[in-house]
Amino acid sequence: MRWLVILAAAAFAAASHASDVGHIKNLSGAVHVERDGQKLAAASGMGVRQSDVLVTGADGTVGVTFLDNSLLSLGPRSTLAIDRFKFDTTTNEGHFDTSLKRGTLAVVSGRIVQRSPEQMRVRTPSAIMGVRGTEFVVKVEEPGR
Amino acid sequence: MVAVLAIMALLVAAHYQLPPAAVERPPPVVEAPAPAVAPPPPVLAELVVVLPSADGHVGAVVVERAGRRIVLDQPYAADRVGYESGPVRESVPVQLSEREVRSTFEATLAAIPARPVLFRLYFIRGSDELTEESRLELKRMLEEVSRRTAPDILVIGHTDRVGKEQDNDQLSLQRAERVRDSFIAQGIAFGRIRAAGRGEREPRVPTADGVDEPRNRRVEINVR
Repeated sequence: MRWLVILAAAAFAAASHASDVGHIKNLSGAVHVERDGQKLAAASGMGVRQSDVLVTGADGTVGVTFLDNSLLSLGPRSTLAIDRFKFDTTTNEGHFDTSLKRGTLAVVSGRIVQRSPEQMRVRTPSAIMGVRGTEFVVKVEEPGR
Repeated sequence: MVAVLAIMALLVAAHYQLPPAAVERPPPVVEAPAPAVAPPPPVLAELVVVLPSADGHVGAVVVERAGRRIVLDQPYAADRVGYESGPVRESVPVQLSEREVRSTFEATLAAIPARPVLFRLYFIRGSDELTEESRLELKRMLEEVSRRTAPDILVIGHTDRVGKEQDNDQLSLQRAERVRDSFIAQGIAFGRIRAAGRGEREPRVPTADGVDEPRNRRVEINVR
């Protein structure tokens, strides 16, 4: 049993990165993450970081759970930028900003909003939404569609 | 002005069926005059809808668009822009039906991750053995967690205030590790589980030192 535990600890260290602010839980179809100019294929359990951009294809959907228990999901043909995520696990204070460039987004707010309403914001091309809680959906149509 | 005159001349010429050659050619246009009003940028159709939450509570979203603030705080209350025919570029508050919203966002809503959940398991006094009730709860918990994709699990052990603080630090960690090992033995969350002990510092029920309090002899398991 002990070696199993040690192995698990090692695997955790490998799987989790200090700057991960959330993890991909649900995944279907074509989804990728843009990070530092690279296009990474999304995978179940993969870490999501500040400044990442999540992109879904025509058949893609993705669901991400963040460190403050916020849940975000994207429908097909969607692009979402994780602009900022700061969260203090002790005080529950933080900020969470994202931008939906196109497509559909569903949000279930978490502890950041519970502690400080409107510290979670979602931007679209024409609006800024301050979140007081808890569940809502947003759609931005693609130009020419 | 010259261009306008030229156009008028052209119209006159066309009216009288004169050959175009008879019309004096306007001087070449060096620079196109700036249009009086810049064409507005294309407006993307946007929609925001507030949903009732899983527990029935309705939250609120404050939408700021073009200097206006609109608070959406009723179930399926929506704010939308660019959907109407013609150059409608202002927010239009509307009330949508649940059916409309569910069908527009069907794939998106289906992709929302499972809600984070907290479990508590209790221990026999001074040991890392679960109470009988909690042994059953552990089984149910393992089943529930095994249905999740890529779960992240945080196991935190606690003690009551019987005994020395140092011993309780050790015991709380032992309790947490014992529960963590049951996850690993089930092949759940291999590699995504952490265990920590907090000793007697964070009682659920505050007591004086030395008090035997079963509700404080626990581990709390956060599953995300």
